[in-house]
Amino acid sequence: MNSPLRKVGVVILVLFGLLFANLNWVQAYKADEYRNSPYNSRVRLDEYKRQRGAVILANGTQVAVSVATEDELKYLRTYPAKEMYAHLLGYKPVNIGPTGIEASENEFLAGTSDKLFGDRFRDIFTGEQTAGGNILLTISPTAQEKAFTELANNRVGATKGAVVALDPTTGAVKAMVSMPSFDPNALSSHDTNAAQKVYNDLLANADKPLNNRAVSEIEEPGSVMKVVIAAAGLESLGLQPDSAIQGGATYQAPGTTHKIPNSTGVVCADSISLQQALTVSCNTAFAKLAVDLGAQRVTDVATKFGWYQRDLAVGRLDGKGIARGATVAEGTLGELRTSSGGDDKPALALSGIGQRDVRISPMQGAMIAATVANYGKQMRPYLVQQQVGPDLTTIHYRAAPQVLQDSCSRETAGSLQQMMINVVQEGTGKNARIDGYQVGGKTGTAETGDDEETHGWFVGFALKDGQPIAATAVFLENAGKGGSAEAARIAGQVMRGMIADRAGK
Amino acid sequence: MGATPVIQTGGLSLPRVLSEIRRLWLLVLAMVLVGCYLAAVEANMQGKISPDFFFPALVLGLVFLVLHVVARITAPWADPVLIPTVALLNGLGVAFLRRLDLARAKPSERSELTVFMGLGGRQLMWTLIAVAGASALLWFIRDHREISKYAWTLGLAGIVLVMLPAVLPGSISEVNGAKLWIKFGSVFAIQPGEFAKLALLAFFAYYLVRKREVLALASRRFMGIDFPRGRDLGPVLVVWALSLMVLIFEKDLGTSLLYFGMFVVTLYIATERVSWLIIGLLLFFGGATMAYVLAETAGGPFASFGTRVDVWLDPFADPYKSGYQLSQGLLGLGTGGLFGQGAGAGNPLEVPEVHNDFIFAGMGEEIGLFGLTALLVLYLLVVERGLRAALTVRDSFGKLLAGGLAFTLGLQVFVIIGGVTKLIPLTGQTTPFLSAGGSSLVANWLLVAILLRISDAARTPAGTGGAR
Repeated sequence: MNSPLRKVGVVILVLFGLLFANLNWVQAYKADEYRNSPYNSRVRLDEYKRQRGAVILANGTQVAVSVATEDELKYLRTYPAKEMYAHLLGYKPVNIGPTGIEASENEFLAGTSDKLFGDRFRDIFTGEQTAGGNILLTISPTAQEKAFTELANNRVGATKGAVVALDPTTGAVKAMVSMPSFDPNALSSHDTNAAQKVYNDLLANADKPLNNRAVSEIEEPGSVMKVVIAAAGLESLGLQPDSAIQGGATYQAPGTTHKIPNSTGVVCADSISLQQALTVSCNTAFAKLAVDLGAQRVTDVATKFGWYQRDLAVGRLDGKGIARGATVAEGTLGELRTSSGGDDKPALALSGIGQRDVRISPMQGAMIAATVANYGKQMRPYLVQQQVGPDLTTIHYRAAPQVLQDSCSRETAGSLQQMMINVVQEGTGKNARIDGYQVGGKTGTAETGDDEETHGWFVGFALKDGQPIAATAVFLENAGKGGSAEAARIAGQVMRGMIADRAGK
Repeated sequence: MGATPVIQTGGLSLPRVLSEIRRLWLLVLAMVLVGCYLAAVEANMQGKISPDFFFPALVLGLVFLVLHVVARITAPWADPVLIPTVALLNGLGVAFLRRLDLARAKPSERSELTVFMGLGGRQLMWTLIAVAGASALLWFIRDHREISKYAWTLGLAGIVLVMLPAVLPGSISEVNGAKLWIKFGSVFAIQPGEFAKLALLAFFAYYLVRKREVLALASRRFMGIDFPRGRDLGPVLVVWALSLMVLIFEKDLGTSLLYFGMFVVTLYIATERVSWLIIGLLLFFGGATMAYVLAETAGGPFASFGTRVDVWLDPFADPYKSGYQLSQGLLGLGTGGLFGQGAGAGNPLEVPEVHNDFIFAGMGEEIGLFGLTALLVLYLLVVERGLRAALTVRDSFGKLLAGGLAFTLGLQVFVIIGGVTKLIPLTGQTTPFLSAGGSSLVANWLLVAILLRISDAARTPAGTGGAR
């Protein structure tokens, strides 16, 4: 019986050989495929084994922080400020893709960034799971709070809108709010079914609460556009703030029967100074001025002030940002030329007062104001001040402000400042005034074409003894009558918040 | 292992004591490895190693030491590699089950999980019982040929044990769709099939030794191969029918394959006729194919078998329902890769039943291809040592019994590990010595005890042990 026993031994060897070969197939050849399979939940579990880093503000407040749990997922992502920081922070749910800072700084927060290689390497020997890195934001806590509460409690009953505040000299984002907001805590819940339901409800909501209106939506700017047309007039027609231009009760562009009127109650003389035209927001004067400038010059100046800008990430200055689709929605002017290539004057006239196809994001509105305040130098906006290591001392990245472009000459910017300060002192932007500061700005009331209410805008800045302090844009969607005046009031409050935080430093 | 057995020399001289201690080093090494595994698990799961981390290894070590001493007294010539190898597998199983307990406990309560708690603790208790059983077998059965005296009793007992769960109501016998159990209340359940395996094999060995001449010689030649006479096919067909009934009524392909493979191989060893292997393979694959066809067309009692084949063909076709377990097992194995995530650093709980059928996949995530290969080598070592005992033992009954037991162990390892790694359709089998379950552990330790007994007989030099 020994011969068959030996053969049985060989059979066993063959069977074990098959097992071994198959294990090689599964654990070596197919390993990567299995490891990265969409059905493999282990990667996600691993992510929750290490404490995700916090998102912090200059005053030490943690606005996104992971707390230890008793669950299978060891840490729960929480957002103590709830709705207030929702859009800029984004969210990091278990089963839904992250957004905002949570998405753009995901690698650093999760600790998988190459910059944190040292920490991971040390973990191998200590057997610990050092937390991920922390992100310090540029946000001014008081300005953000003001922006959120004042927008939510606006006095014209607007339900949608956005606020952006910038430090004009650096481009640092000091406040960013989109209304309506949402509570990201509901999305980061470990009850993934509940989180998914909340997410689906938010997606289905007609007001689009998940959209960050501050950066990802473009709207008609209305009279805010007049600042840019004025800049073009100053730069390329050699005008001065006190230069007389043609105004009047209505303006009829060559080639159309449509007459552009002024808003109700606006008194615009037939001959009016550029400054006065801006102060009272005279439509006829700026429609005529845009036609005089022509499509080329309007486009050139608008481009310099931030239209057609496609690489604004608003995050780190050397990396990704929070804007959905990676960049801030691009501002557009629409077609200003006829099919034969000449100026489309009726289109220019309407575009000169921010109607027709002109569109900007609230972020761009704030950048226009900031550029004027910063003497013509447009700074690249950013939201991440520092990447701080898990030890809270090692700084892996520090924002170095970058000039995006030179938008206009220092003289032109000075004239624009003077005219915009006059708007707040004497004209439509009185609600934005702050004692002890030179506040300038421009209101805008945009016709939306349909039967909907008008949008209310205010873009403005604050100077202290000629030093740029703050710039902001407030947008109230379908706010109707009084919308731009309310926007100016909110802007004033937000800039007060920035000033308060500066004083506190 | 070639050392002079000193049992007969008597007396506790110093050289004798030293020699006995030297024989322990493999067992100590095995327990040190288990201790290291436990330490790594605690380091990865709790961030620190508690001062009593080695406790399970120590308890196991003491238990195996008792078995070692019993074996030294009652089977002094027995193969010295068997106990340490199986002890290592058993110990790693306990350690891994304890690791699963830790993962199931809340982090704050992990340090309170004592040695005898949870699945790991239960397995530790079962190890105690299993080793006691093995010791008793070694103590009371001093000559393996004694077993053949009870062959008919064992054969009958084996068939009853196999059939019992099938005839009992599902509420008593069914767990996860397989009717393999006898449940005593909610905490205690045994799988009689595990013991039936041993009893039936003892009967086969006895029966075939008696009948081998007839089965081997009376034959007809067909296509150059000797085929047995029709009437000699009787017992084979009975076992075939039995195994198919297991497949159908107990919904368990693995056990059925195991019984049938066990029988055909002992038949082949006894008769040295390849024709039996051919007949056996044809019958099995014919039966399995028929069952699959019936499953696809008629459904009914065959349906679960059909599902298993479909899952095997593509586990990701239905990754959250029928294919969930196998696909999660494969994902775990793949995530482990070559070196594994480290003991305690993976997520084995993602695989359902990871303490049971899928323990090999769960361990694979943490110890990787290298670790699993080492486990395979340990199994292979046990099987080949068993076959070696079969080769060297002098009597036919011993040869058949040891060869059959060793092959059965190897086949079971192949069936379950091949199942969880998608080499063959998955069948509900325990992974010997590793997976949680008392019946399997006790039965397999009894199997090891029989192999020890036979290897003792095989290695006893002629003239020293009397009639061994």
